[in-house]
Amino acid sequence: MTTVGYPALRRLLDEDALLVEVLPAEEFAEMHLPGAVNIPLKTLGADTTAGLDRTRPVVVYCWDAL
Amino acid sequence: MSPRAACRLATLGFARVYDYLPGKVDWLAFGLPREGDEAATPRAGDIARRDVPTCAPSDRIGTVRERVEAAGWVQCLVVNDERVVLGRLRGTALSADAEARAEEVMEAGPTTVRPDERLSDLATRLRERDVASIVVTMPDGRLVGQLLRDDAERLGAV
Repeated sequence: MTTVGYPALRRLLDEDALLVEVLPAEEFAEMHLPGAVNIPLKTLGADTTAGLDRTRPVVVYCWDAL
Repeated sequence: MSPRAACRLATLGFARVYDYLPGKVDWLAFGLPREGDEAATPRAGDIARRDVPTCAPSDRIGTVRERVEAAGWVQCLVVNDERVVLGRLRGTALSADAEARAEEVMEAGPTTVRPDERLSDLATRLRERDVASIVVTMPDGRLVGQLLRDDAERLGAV
């Protein structure tokens, strides 16, 4: 697992990376990064990730680093 | 939260997992597009002025004053090497002895807001407190820009 900032994120998105927001659904509905899917941390498991393309880079994010 | 999620994905067999640790707040600090029910709601990071003058704690006031005046501003933010906001220079501080160091005369620890704050809420708070502008920083204190109340009132109106 690698931590990235915005410049590296931009490059990953250019590589067709998949964005996964792990905040609760209400916060995702309010606002999220373009194209992101929502899998809240509490639900993250084999079943909820089964539909993700494992050949693509996956970038997870939440609200901030604190 | 996101580091735990990244580790969980790795245990689930995902080979290329990355953690965008700075998260949504960082994205908003760049004023980038977003989606969702409140995607169109203007936020502080969208209009914070990135051209606010800055200086180092050890800079001399005389030099700083010249730079601030040339830029057409009436204040300057004192930041460290990581761009963390340490203080602010304005009014009498900017009129201090030319040889004084910024850190000697600055207002330490100015009030800050985050880039994700809604402009409409901010405009109301700034008006109620009769504040003309406020510093926008990341949660770790790094400078995003200076938000002017006039801008917030003009663009944050709902």
